[in-house]
Amino acid sequence: MNWKRMWVVVRTDLKQLVQARDYWVPMVLLGALFFLVVPAILLLTITKIGNVEIVNQISNTLKVLPKAAQSQIRGTSPEGRTSFALAVFLFAPVAVVVPLTISTAVGAATIVGERERGTGEFLAHSPASAREIYLGKLIASLVPGYVTTIVGFGLYSILVNVIAGPEVGGWFFPTAQWWVLMFWVIPPFLAFTLSLVLRLSAKVKSTAAAQQASGLVSLPLIMVAYGQSSGALFGAQVSGFVVGAVAWAIAIVSLTRGVRSVTRARLLGVANEV
Amino acid sequence: MTATTSGQPLLPPVVSLRGVGHRFGDVQALDDLTFDVPANRITVLLGPNGAGKTTAIRSITGALSPAVGEISVFGTDPRGEGDAVRPRCGVVSAKPALYDRLSGYDNLLYSAQLYGVAKAGMREKIVAAADRFGILDALDHQVGGYSTGMKTRLALSRSVLHDPDLLLFDEPTSGLDPESSQAVLDLIREMTDDGKTVVMCTHLLAEAEGLADHVVVMESGTALCTGTPEDLTARYLPAATVVLDAEAPDQLDRLAHATGVTGYDRGDVARVQLDGFGRVPDLILALARDGVRLTRVEPHVPTLEDLYFAVRRERHQDSFGRPVDEPLAPGVTGPEHTQAAAQLERTAR
Repeated sequence: MNWKRMWVVVRTDLKQLVQARDYWVPMVLLGALFFLVVPAILLLTITKIGNVEIVNQISNTLKVLPKAAQSQIRGTSPEGRTSFALAVFLFAPVAVVVPLTISTAVGAATIVGERERGTGEFLAHSPASAREIYLGKLIASLVPGYVTTIVGFGLYSILVNVIAGPEVGGWFFPTAQWWVLMFWVIPPFLAFTLSLVLRLSAKVKSTAAAQQASGLVSLPLIMVAYGQSSGALFGAQVSGFVVGAVAWAIAIVSLTRGVRSVTRARLLGVANEV
Repeated sequence: MTATTSGQPLLPPVVSLRGVGHRFGDVQALDDLTFDVPANRITVLLGPNGAGKTTAIRSITGALSPAVGEISVFGTDPRGEGDAVRPRCGVVSAKPALYDRLSGYDNLLYSAQLYGVAKAGMREKIVAAADRFGILDALDHQVGGYSTGMKTRLALSRSVLHDPDLLLFDEPTSGLDPESSQAVLDLIREMTDDGKTVVMCTHLLAEAEGLADHVVVMESGTALCTGTPEDLTARYLPAATVVLDAEAPDQLDRLAHATGVTGYDRGDVARVQLDGFGRVPDLILALARDGVRLTRVEPHVPTLEDLYFAVRRERHQDSFGRPVDEPLAPGVTGPEHTQAAAQLERTAR
């Protein structure tokens, strides 16, 4: 395994992505929508709303949250408690949907795209090993989604603190569970999903087919990841670490098995099973 | 190391394939393929589409791993030791295989980095390779905007960037206009002057003409014959041929029965096969005596095209000289057909 060569594959794939505005503009818009636009509208509506009755009703619904989650909610006013709950618990899917959607879209095209463009021939004849190509492509697919998420997470933190902070009694976000979620739970879910998507990308005959199949794989995974992420947020900090550890174990096994899916014959498009 | 008849040392072949077979599902892509690629020469794999030329190239770098036969490249088997073979090969595939979204420079940079070109002096090497193939001015442009000729030149630049010992070109002139094709072929010729070994696939006989030092005629995944054009011509086209024309062409027909004439065919012009060019003065003298007014006398130098069709003709004839492509019975072709022909031959005896 030549790590230097693997990073060359990563860098070149990312360079191509940067050149492709039709790829990254929707990616940025998606991140902005989930991390900024929707939270801003909801939080502003709650904190600036004139009808106290509606906010009270929403505040009452917080009682359905687990006890562990309820005990974390800060703020004395209904607006403050509601804003806190929305910012910390409701937008958890944002952290899951954005990276998985973006990375799946990038990853689905990565190997079958090489084959369709004919550049798979160049890679097949090159000294890069199948493992270097596989890992390079995996990282190059993971980075756009994860970077968008981290940048979005930073902007989201500022947004919720600025809008809801005064109601809650100061800056409150990110909470400890969110740090665990972003840096321990999301990456293995992303790696696991991509290992499946890359396998599909290596095996199917066209980018369109890869994207269809990837959608089928990633949608249930988004739901599972959301469920687990919510658990990590609602539960104690320890549960977040446990969820992350299990996800890492599954991801590592899946990544190891996924390496076999990239072969030179598949890059050429002549493997019998392609 | 042995010696040639000219006394020059004969280097061991850079590539050696022995009985190589490979299937894609039901399709037999390579079938008992055997040939050598001599060092520092241009070897042309000649054959129609589907002959197995591209599969042969892919097997040489280890991009494909045929299950049957022996392959040796630089003395190692690329199927198991591809890591030792691939860095020493430069490949230009039939489609240029370039990244359209990247600039020409970035395409070359990617290749240089994958092939482990030293960082120090890498830029200079990229510029020099681009300059050599006349693509330097467009190096900063996105490849998506290149013409077919420019893409081919960039692909050629990329193939030599890491200073490989073996260059594999698969139909490098496909899609090019005649002028660009000739320029590319000239550049390929230059490469052997630098001591490189070149393998070039083509189905265009004209472009192999004058370029090939060594020819492998392929069909249906197998090599019909291999050798230098001169050796193959001597083997398959031993007769000396003269092209003649006259004011009254039908007067030439008397040559069909003349001494030393082994074959005669008159279409637009008369093609006369002789047992040696030494017969020509006597024939001309005899024709002149008979009052035949000749307008053209031209010795015919066999071209690669003549050779190619002679090889294929021989391959497709049974011992009675019948074309074996014509089935003896419905559905009987190929090996079964050959068996049927052999059976007929035994019966005739």
